[in-house]
Amino acid sequence: MEALGLLLHGFAVLLTWKTLALMMVGLVLGVFVGVLPGLGGPNGVAILLPLTFSMDPTSAIVMLSCIYWGALFGGAITSILFNIPGEAWSVATTFDGYPMAQQGKAAEALTAAFTSSFIGSLVAVLLITFLAPWISSFALKFGPPEFFAVYLLTFCSFVGLGREDKHKTVIAMALGLLLAGVGMDTVSGQLRMTFGSTDLLRGINFLVAVIGLFGISEILLTMEERLALRGHAASISLRTVLAVWKDLPKYWMTLLRSSVIGCWLGITPGGAIAASFMGYNLAKRFSKDPDSFGKGRIEGVFAPETAAHASGTAALLPMLALGIPGSGTAAILLGGLMVWGLNPGPLLFVEHKDFVWGLIASMYLGNVVGLVLVLSTVPIFASILRVPFAAVAPMIVVSCAIGAYAIQNAMFDVWLMLGFGVVGYVFKKIKIPLAPFTLALVLGSRAEDAFRQSMIISGGNMKVFWANGLVGTITTLAILLLFWPLIDRLVASVSKSSAPAAKAEA
Amino acid sequence: MRNLIKIAAATAVLFGSAPAFAGWEPTKPVEIVVAAGAGGASDQMARMMQAAIQKNNLLKQPVVVSLKGGASGAEALMYMKSSDGDANKVLIAYSLIYMLPLSAKLPFDWHELSPVAVIALDQFVLWDNVNGPKTVKEFIEAAKASSSPFKLGGTGSKREDHVLTVFLEKKTGAKFSYLPYKSGGEAATQLVGGHTEANVNNPSENLEVWRAGQVRPLCVFDKERISYTAKVTETQSWNDIPTCKEQGLDVQYLMLRAMFLPGKVTQEQQEFYVDLFSKLVQTPEYRDYMEKQALKPIFLTGKDMVQFLEEDGSLNKQLMTEAGFVAK
Repeated sequence: MEALGLLLHGFAVLLTWKTLALMMVGLVLGVFVGVLPGLGGPNGVAILLPLTFSMDPTSAIVMLSCIYWGALFGGAITSILFNIPGEAWSVATTFDGYPMAQQGKAAEALTAAFTSSFIGSLVAVLLITFLAPWISSFALKFGPPEFFAVYLLTFCSFVGLGREDKHKTVIAMALGLLLAGVGMDTVSGQLRMTFGSTDLLRGINFLVAVIGLFGISEILLTMEERLALRGHAASISLRTVLAVWKDLPKYWMTLLRSSVIGCWLGITPGGAIAASFMGYNLAKRFSKDPDSFGKGRIEGVFAPETAAHASGTAALLPMLALGIPGSGTAAILLGGLMVWGLNPGPLLFVEHKDFVWGLIASMYLGNVVGLVLVLSTVPIFASILRVPFAAVAPMIVVSCAIGAYAIQNAMFDVWLMLGFGVVGYVFKKIKIPLAPFTLALVLGSRAEDAFRQSMIISGGNMKVFWANGLVGTITTLAILLLFWPLIDRLVASVSKSSAPAAKAEA
Repeated sequence: MRNLIKIAAATAVLFGSAPAFAGWEPTKPVEIVVAAGAGGASDQMARMMQAAIQKNNLLKQPVVVSLKGGASGAEALMYMKSSDGDANKVLIAYSLIYMLPLSAKLPFDWHELSPVAVIALDQFVLWDNVNGPKTVKEFIEAAKASSSPFKLGGTGSKREDHVLTVFLEKKTGAKFSYLPYKSGGEAATQLVGGHTEANVNNPSENLEVWRAGQVRPLCVFDKERISYTAKVTETQSWNDIPTCKEQGLDVQYLMLRAMFLPGKVTQEQQEFYVDLFSKLVQTPEYRDYMEKQALKPIFLTGKDMVQFLEEDGSLNKQLMTEAGFVAK
């Protein structure tokens, strides 16, 4: 119960008017940067970091982490309203969130997204509060083979559990992996596929691709079909919110499953993205009505958002305890901590108790305050859909362009984004799924590095992926998921053939 | 006549140096370009500078940190190269300025940039897991006796850590398999988790896990011990780490940390920054930072700096060639 005492102490540190005011400011700024695609959490935090140099460390980190929460909440808004994911892990939210908005259920979708973000983060914060030391030691168990196994699991779950044609999923994934190879190769130290171009040195930035693939291509499609956003003005009131909340208990299994996946993957780098996709895929897998996913099912919003936020929050733990940031935003926060002389590492929890528990307490408070704040602004955001398309579309394109440019301050990225917009449009027409493509693009180089490091360790022996219980379990699970459709059919046919047999016997 | 020369010299000094203070000043926010990812040593240094400049009012313009860590820092180099004449950008460089052009055939040469100051030297330390061998000698014996090669983790491929690994092999005759990670922080946790047997991280990269008693420093790759004698862990200071030479392993390697402006800037602009950084290294923030990260103090500008860079550059080239890392 030491943790509880320390947590209460943390709340005591926070509950001053000044800190609460900073919290609100941080949250509002965060939602604002989260809404602009591409600007997002990492850039928002980076821009605002110097503001905090003159503050004391606790106020500063409270404000920055509130910007982080705000950006997390804000990222869901554009995913749902315009099919433009603000952060990598919001991609899966678009699958059902956007169709819901098109059906005039934007308010429900937003409420669902915010509520599940809140639940996911809350579960992860509880976990951090009580299991911090245990989790840090678990994260240390991950060497290259374990990392690769996790990425493999994510890829396989996509092929095995996806609704799309398997061959198209594989094609999309292969293309994504190919593009992920552009730039510097960590293992050999060589440049690949840059063709002497300075702009390609950086590689293909994931967010640039996502903004183009989802945002720009959507605008192109809408222009082709009719000049109107397909959302209807939704009537929004407290009743909508309460109606969504009333249904929450029905989805407890999805929420729980996604929270667990999120917390587990959150402590591995890049985990939040994998978590959101896996949360979605598994919800679909275990649903009684998997075909309704992707057509505007509220569960399809709950599942990825809960997982993404559970893991986004859990990602702060390895950052604090090990100095390994689990996401871009966490990396900037890490830089910030060091400016105040707080070196993340195993001793941070021992030497700077005030700070750490202040931060954890701020996660609780920031989350609650953030939920109230975003829910009360849902009507404003949802009313954007009432604005005529001709007025909104140029604004979206401009905001996409600014976002793409701001990521690396490069004009080249704006052209790249437009290029990806066309690619996204063509893919949608020939029904090649975009999600595996983006997943491969974001996890591809990490998976490749992990695989080749594993090969260096084992001297080229594949047995390394079954070398211990942890990696063996994950790898086996991955392969099972890959062949799931076959297994499923086999099981079905066996039970079918045994059923008549049983009848015959009877 | 002699007086005349004196006066001429004095006026020259006046005219030469006065504009540096009164003449040119940045007109836009000054951008510190970091050739590494967020949270890395260069990024931390840039944030420290940003805070030190802001707190001590050294600049009228704000300072922004821009991370250009793409392609292992190559992005930052090409960015500086393409910013000729733009004196609002200043790069925190390290030995990648010599290595990347050799290993990755990057069309870059540090001579094209305008040197401002060498501000620190970074050490390399041989670390192993706290459960591993206790001295360099035991470590090498264990490495030789091991049935599979010892795994040594480091940052990137064909870079400082990798070069050091090759020289460890050459000097000791033991075999290591080098595991390239994306950052020193990753190399540190992988060592703690027992996925590698050793690493050659900079002091700052392993500081926290050392203080937590999870890794052990075996020796420092320098002629002399690190000068800081304040206790870092409960029992040891940086100064307590023996040099590798003391331990019978004659390998030395230091890495520069230096500031550069883009090419084709005016002398006044260059002098402005020389002045700025000579003030910066006097600030308490900077001194704290140097001690905390166990950086070796040095401050070189002008001709001294160029001479240092030439020598350091040819040394690195020689090492890279011997290690077989120069791309054909």
